[in-house]
Amino acid sequence: MSLKLSKKPSDTLGHVNRKAQETAGDKVVAGISHTMLALWSLMVLIPLAWTLLSSFKTTSEIFASPFSLPKHWSFANYVSAWNTAGIGNYFLNTVIVVGCALVIVMVLGAMCAYVLARYAFPGSRAVYYLMLAGLTFPIFLAIVPLFFILKNIGLLNTLPGLIIVYVAFALPFTVFFLFAFFKALPSEIAEAAQIDGAGEWRTFFQVMLPMAKPGMASVAIFNFLGLWNQYLIPVAINTDPDKKVLSQGIAAFAGQQGYAVDFGSLFAAAVIVVVPVLVAYILFQRQLQGSVSAGTMK
Amino acid sequence: MATRVLPGGGVPAAARRRRKKLTFDKVSFMAVFLGLPLVIYLVFVISPFAQAVYYSMTSWGGYNNNMPFIGVANYVKLFQDDIFMISVRNSVILAVFLPVITVILSLVLATLVTIGGSSRGQIKGLRGAGFYRIISFFPYVIPAVVIGLIWGQIYDPSSGLLNGVLTGMGFDGLKSYPWLGDSRTAMIASMVVIVWGFVGFYMILFIAAIKGIPAETYEAARIDGAGRFRTAISITIPLIRDNIQTAYIYMGILALDAFVYMSVLNSTGGPGNSTLVISQKLFSTAFAKGQFGLACAMGVVLAALTLIFAGLVFMVNRLTGGSREVNE
Repeated sequence: MSLKLSKKPSDTLGHVNRKAQETAGDKVVAGISHTMLALWSLMVLIPLAWTLLSSFKTTSEIFASPFSLPKHWSFANYVSAWNTAGIGNYFLNTVIVVGCALVIVMVLGAMCAYVLARYAFPGSRAVYYLMLAGLTFPIFLAIVPLFFILKNIGLLNTLPGLIIVYVAFALPFTVFFLFAFFKALPSEIAEAAQIDGAGEWRTFFQVMLPMAKPGMASVAIFNFLGLWNQYLIPVAINTDPDKKVLSQGIAAFAGQQGYAVDFGSLFAAAVIVVVPVLVAYILFQRQLQGSVSAGTMK
Repeated sequence: MATRVLPGGGVPAAARRRRKKLTFDKVSFMAVFLGLPLVIYLVFVISPFAQAVYYSMTSWGGYNNNMPFIGVANYVKLFQDDIFMISVRNSVILAVFLPVITVILSLVLATLVTIGGSSRGQIKGLRGAGFYRIISFFPYVIPAVVIGLIWGQIYDPSSGLLNGVLTGMGFDGLKSYPWLGDSRTAMIASMVVIVWGFVGFYMILFIAAIKGIPAETYEAARIDGAGRFRTAISITIPLIRDNIQTAYIYMGILALDAFVYMSVLNSTGGPGNSTLVISQKLFSTAFAKGQFGLACAMGVVLAALTLIFAGLVFMVNRLTGGSREVNE
């Protein structure tokens, strides 16, 4: 696995502006490319824009026409989704669970990756393959025994139980990604720290971990998205209505009422779920896009 | 490096690769750094995998400790169960079509973004490429549940966006066509949703890979007279072959799961079970019917399919000339 995190993807192609004469063929190709990409962008944007529009309409307006504008632009649907449908409560649960799980998995994953990458010990290969297994096998194979493990230790239908399972299942990805990152850090620096008298703990927390910040940031974003969007695990092991997370809550909201669903509030709930991740994405998109390739170049 | 020795105290730096004295610092470090993550991982990930294989050979009902060992009887039962076999067929259909469609579509878009620029001077991408990249990636950050809900509404027979657009374009025959409620279109409609959700992600992945190819390679191809299409086929694809393989396997694993999309779009498996997949069947067998042994057997079948899929992709890539020398 080789990492190219430090290098901006745009370094090798483009971005050096030199005037070049465009030929007629270029224009045709550019035209076709723009058309196709614009079509795809519309395919992406229209459903999202439509969702946003519908979130301001009343249910009867939604049934009347898919295109009409709402008569009154009001946030009534949002209020109703947040309070009546319990999205507010689910939102809080999700923030707690994802927040805790993210911090724990980043710390544990970084520690584990650091040891695997920088120390030779018997069995390190085995640990590596165990992690690979966790990435390959479907969660569905584990889901039934997992349910009973949590039940036996009394963590079923609790937020701590959900957190620890999130940590466990996000661990292999985190370790794999950071493994490559720690491997690439120069070992002289760790040695210098030890010469200066730092123990193993200090070397890690004060020297090596800060150096791994760019890698940590990328992994943290991916883990955030993955955990925020997780659905199967909570549906299976966290069925207490009060402790539901957003993805569960909104699915239950859509399913429970059948034909009487308040569609306006449903669209509003969808917007509430999407906005935090979309904002996180737009803030960090440069970082994210630069690191997409790194994880797959094994 | 080996000759560097410390002036007093501490551990010699050179000892890093040699056997070291076991200090408290060192022992506690290894115990916490390796032990703690590993214990959590073993307890909550690896041990459930192993237990599932064992449970799959019992007729365990789950709520008592009575687990009669019945060997492969669960598997025999599964392969005689018509509905389960339908779910296997549907999952295999997804695993066959989704990766091909997603990878090809995202490769085309990635290629358009990266080599759509001028054919003179510096090799460069299309103007406005950044905009397309950002937009295309949107669906990947949206929770799968929400994607399913939004598309469920889009496909709605009477008030959905799709039929609204189609009737607006004059296809009145489709006025209230139930895309998800008709067994002829339910599967295809569901696949469109999953493709929509992932094309952007793989497009970004391929763009990054293509940008990792040195510009000189493209310049050389151009000097040799290769046009854009030829360049894409003979330069780009062979050079990002490893990325394509990884993307293909990821997408296949995802297609074999597909639980969220399928269960949100059609919670009961669709008309005539036309969109029922293994994961849905497993979930209801375990958590609705309480047949945990049987559900674990389904999990093993799913895992086996996943491994077979990955193995096949590796093999095909190897046999068709994917070599290890061409790296990135």
